[in-house]
Amino acid sequence: MPAPMPGEKRRLERADFPAFLAALGKAGYRVVGPTVRDGAIVYGEIEAVEDLPVGWTERQEAGRYRLERRHDDALFGYVVGPHSWKKYLFPAHEKLWTARRTDGGFEVAPTEPDPTPLAFLGVRACEIAAIGIQDKVFLGGVADPGYRRRREQALTIAVQCGQSGGTCFCVSMGTGPAVRAGYDLSLTEILAPGVHRFLVEVGTPAGAAVLDGVPTTPAETGDRETAEGIVARTAASMGRTMVAVGLRELMASNLENPRWEIVAKRCLSCANCTLACPTCFCSTTEEVPDLTGATTERWRRWDSCFNSGFTQLHSQSVRKTTMSRYRQWLTHKLGTWHDQFGSSGCVGCGRCITWCPVGIDLTEEVAAIRAAPVPSTAPPPAGTEKR
Amino acid sequence: MRSETASLEGAARPPHPFAPTPYVVRHRAQETSDTVTLTVAPAKGPAAFSYRPGQFNMVYLFGLGEVAISISGSDAAGTQIVHTVRAAGKITRALTQASPGDVVGIRGPYGSAWPLDRARGHDVVIIAGGLGLPPLRPALEEIFAHRDQYGRVEIIYGARTPKDLVFYEQIQAWRHRPDVRLQTTVDAAGRDWYGDVGVVTQRLPDARFDGKQTVAFLCGPEIMMKLSAQALETRGVPTDAIYVSMERNMKCAIGVCGHCQLGPSFVCRDGPVFSYQRLKPLFSIREV
Amino acid sequence: MTKSTPHDGAARLAEHPFFHGFNQEFLWDLAKDLKDRTFEAGEFLVREGAPATEFLLIVSGKVALEMSTPERPRLTIQTVGPGEVVGWSWLVPPRRWTLDGRALKTTRALDLDGETIRRALESHPAEGYRFLSRLLPVVAERLENTRLQLLDIHAV
Repeated sequence: MPAPMPGEKRRLERADFPAFLAALGKAGYRVVGPTVRDGAIVYGEIEAVEDLPVGWTERQEAGRYRLERRHDDALFGYVVGPHSWKKYLFPAHEKLWTARRTDGGFEVAPTEPDPTPLAFLGVRACEIAAIGIQDKVFLGGVADPGYRRRREQALTIAVQCGQSGGTCFCVSMGTGPAVRAGYDLSLTEILAPGVHRFLVEVGTPAGAAVLDGVPTTPAETGDRETAEGIVARTAASMGRTMVAVGLRELMASNLENPRWEIVAKRCLSCANCTLACPTCFCSTTEEVPDLTGATTERWRRWDSCFNSGFTQLHSQSVRKTTMSRYRQWLTHKLGTWHDQFGSSGCVGCGRCITWCPVGIDLTEEVAAIRAAPVPSTAPPPAGTEKR
Repeated sequence: MRSETASLEGAARPPHPFAPTPYVVRHRAQETSDTVTLTVAPAKGPAAFSYRPGQFNMVYLFGLGEVAISISGSDAAGTQIVHTVRAAGKITRALTQASPGDVVGIRGPYGSAWPLDRARGHDVVIIAGGLGLPPLRPALEEIFAHRDQYGRVEIIYGARTPKDLVFYEQIQAWRHRPDVRLQTTVDAAGRDWYGDVGVVTQRLPDARFDGKQTVAFLCGPEIMMKLSAQALETRGVPTDAIYVSMERNMKCAIGVCGHCQLGPSFVCRDGPVFSYQRLKPLFSIREV
Repeated sequence: MTKSTPHDGAARLAEHPFFHGFNQEFLWDLAKDLKDRTFEAGEFLVREGAPATEFLLIVSGKVALEMSTPERPRLTIQTVGPGEVVGWSWLVPPRRWTLDGRALKTTRALDLDGETIRRALESHPAEGYRFLSRLLPVVAERLENTRLQLLDIHAV
């Protein structure tokens, strides 16, 4: 059988999925993907098909997440959980460099990156968009060497969503549910009586190389139509909508809208949303010296604009109130992100809605502000007031 | 020494964007009870440091961490950098205790600069409050080095008390220049102060400049910059001719950690120098 | 201290920025007891607690407005210069100075008698209104500047 080529569509039977995983291992990838742990579907090591959430799905609502058994044995019959791929590309804790004292001062040695490339198994369309957004942050200005290395080495195996989560709205944000680009391989799971297979779309030579040697057959027209139908059905059943047009202006002109005080009364400033959000990128740095003081390490770890001390300046915080922090988070995500990176920061994955302990729903907040906009009353320019 | 492109020329490229380069303290001057001016030079090699007035470095102490500090001067050859530091936290306190021979780390320069190009051919009004004078000093030195390229130069410098004035000797030297007008004012004074008492804006009526032909540089607490900008606007200075230097919590200085955001801007990358016109709407919003 | 004739006095008052544009008769009445004062550096113009009987307008020099208590050295909270006025306690009961006013350098001032001004304000209601309209912004500006000093706007 000739080797697969980018652009090709092939059919992989469920029975051959273990061979696909084995091919990834043989190609030197460490496979990470969805797995059940602590009552949720999170991202972890995948060594065998059984590590995937076979036959599991989840029920998501604002502030609620529950695993449920499916009536079938789908491998990818759910959407997204509390983890996102940023946990691998932009690790929560990363040692940037080590330094040791020398005669002339000190010498800095950057951390050697992990040479093992990662294979991301099960990346959804919204997540591909999120990775693209973080690419602009970490590769746009001064490139982050660790991020760049991990990103270049990673293999993206996308999965088309066969259903929507209760809280997601990728259709509104233009990020899905169809995976159209940004993948090395893309899988659509097809389940019917007596049928369990995958439509595999080959995106890149790297994807083609992995598939070479895995038992696949050319995809049939029926597979393609079925796959398109699955995605269309998902698109029609979104749990939320949000009008994305004009959000930048809406956020910029409503900084003094009373709605911020209303949502602030509920918000616990717990930072769950920023932890779960696949595009949030705030971090802090820490100096970690050893006990002798001869060597020290510079670490970077995730931070959140909801944390007290985030805006610490001259012994007090600029954003003291929960209101100002919530406003900062949302107006950044939906508004000023456009000014900074040329796109929205939101991909419509719904994680912030699901994982907020009090169920704050940004689509609801935006709708409320749209319904009752209150432009800021900036003072007139000095010297023009008539006395 | 000063070029339009700021870079760490001559020295090896740092091994990581967050890695500091070792510098040695060559000179230390006590400005006030809690403020010190340090002059530092590269620990290795004759690297020339190139920066523009208004920019800042991340200044590092081994085992403690780093903090953003404006560059308050350099020597003519560009081999030494000057930083004026006030003890406000753990790292800055340790920096104010540094002595000649101690090693610090320097990473930079970062940020935007005072638009001296824009100011050429104009009257220049400089208003500084408290520790706002150090970031302005390199701009002043540049103006004095090419004095004939600028119109009237008016400096107003305010501090809490006479003891809080920095660059005391240099201020006296500037006071004696016939081609610049310097006014200093304090909030409260004791017996030995014969200068003005009151806020900086009270000194503006005595400053002589043509509002429409003026470029102003302001640096100090936000409230001081806001009030000074408003007073300048009343004198006819357009908001796009007024420049402010903003400050926010900084960790990375390269626009990726998110800490220094001010509306749509990253103060480390789009600032610290901004035109007042750009920031004016945010100046009346709380906790931005 | 020199006393001038009412005619000279009115003319000299009219020169001071505070009195620009007032009518001649009013200025004449005000200037009845106009005196020129000169204070050398270190001399007090007014003392805290003393009866406030005169309205002082600075012509040249600089005056420090100060407060002292036994536990602290003298504290200057404001300086006033040419074109400005020292205070309004002569108009506001209990008509006692609330601060010390001390010349920082040789200072020349116009001294108007407080009682004379009050009588002139009553017999010239229109000019009286104008006078207060000019004094009130001085008080307002002083108040605003004092508030700004409270805000510590020079402190980083």
